Amino acid sequence: MQVFLDQLWIARFALWDGFLLTVQIAAASILFGTLLGGIVGIQLSYAPWWLKLPFRLYVDIMRGTPVLVLILAAFYIPSVAGLSLGPTQAGILALSLFAGAHIGELLRGSLQAIPPGQAEAGRSIGLTFPQLLAYVLLPQAARSALPPWINTGVELIKGSSLLSMIGVGELLLKTQEIIGRNFMTIQFYVFAGILYLAINIVLDQLGKAVERRVGQH
Amino acid sequence: MDYSLHFGAVWASFDKLLSGLAIGLGLAVVAVAIGTLLGLLSAFASVAPYRALRSLAALYVSLVRNLPLLVLVLLAYFALPQTGITLDKYQSFVGALALYSGAYLTEVFRAGLISVPKGVIEAARSIGLTRLQTNVSVVAPIMLRNALPSLGNTFIGMFKDSSIAAAIAVPELTFEARKINVDTFRVIETWTVASGLYIAACVVIAMLLRGLERRFPKF
Repeated sequence: MQVFLDQLWIARFALWDGFLLTVQIAAASILFGTLLGGIVGIQLSYAPWWLKLPFRLYVDIMRGTPVLVLILAAFYIPSVAGLSLGPTQAGILALSLFAGAHIGELLRGSLQAIPPGQAEAGRSIGLTFPQLLAYVLLPQAARSALPPWINTGVELIKGSSLLSMIGVGELLLKTQEIIGRNFMTIQFYVFAGILYLAINIVLDQLGKAVERRVGQH
Repeated sequence: MDYSLHFGAVWASFDKLLSGLAIGLGLAVVAVAIGTLLGLLSAFASVAPYRALRSLAALYVSLVRNLPLLVLVLLAYFALPQTGITLDKYQSFVGALALYSGAYLTEVFRAGLISVPKGVIEAARSIGLTRLQTNVSVVAPIMLRNALPSLGNTFIGMFKDSSIAAAIAVPELTFEARKINVDTFRVIETWTVASGLYIAACVVIAMLLRGLERRFPKF
């Protein structure tokens, strides 16, 4: 145990950097994913079929492909297309595209669950479509979409661990580097696991608390 | 951008991709089968009248669902040997995926259990079935039927997660695709074909499941 604590102390900065990068990657991905998912969700719910089609295709492709394949594709493809993305940027791109599809789909579910009378009432008092979205539909959809949205955050924290495979120095890769030096395999993997658990359980509890509050109305 | 598409290099190794797909499916089937047993046990534990059992099931679910699968896989493959348990890469991946799917299936079966109408259980008890008989021949079939759609979705999710086996060099689809990618540099073609295969497999599985759901009407 004393040896482990010594090694942990030596590795503290590396682990902290990795932990921070994991959180930053997940935060950036949920931010971009939410912006993208907002557009996708609205298009899937209200666009005419020809406009809906490309969004449907995007969502189905993202949901049918493993996250790891998305990450590897985002890592290798941009370079031949003449874009130079670093591994971290490629990873955030892949996770954002993945999150955008999931958030788009759950927003569509929430929008369609709103009773049609709400939209009719909004229209009949003369709201334009953007006004209807902003003041009537989105606030109601946000309420039911919030708990699964926080869950997407948990998925992104977990998904960010896959970026270790394209050489992004997030928590898991840093852990592997430390293990490569001191061979304390169990101890450091378990320690990394505890850090992931800590972030995710906080998010999970937050989701449950929000769900309880939302459920009261 | 001077990149022209040449799918020939990818088609030349298409059989490798197909065998990779088969390995991925195999891993998912075995893991979800074991995970179903784990999930059933833990779901019954989560509605049991004993507090200790309920907390144990809740602990299992929140522990495993909040850990990245890759961490579980690396623990099973690299860390377990330190305790004297040595598993090969297939066994350790299936073990990790089974544990992971079991946690998700606990929630699936729990929702199924809650959806079984009280009256059915009371009727079974009142014709003299024991608690165990009621659970096995009345509650379980109804619960399984109600949980079938979510069970199917979990299976598709686990099939997609079988890609993570590439991290410990299991030659499944993602691993083979990465190899072709590095060998031929046909980057766009390789990932388009690999992703297309995953999507096709998911669509076929989903269609089979819808068929299964139609054959067994909802209770």
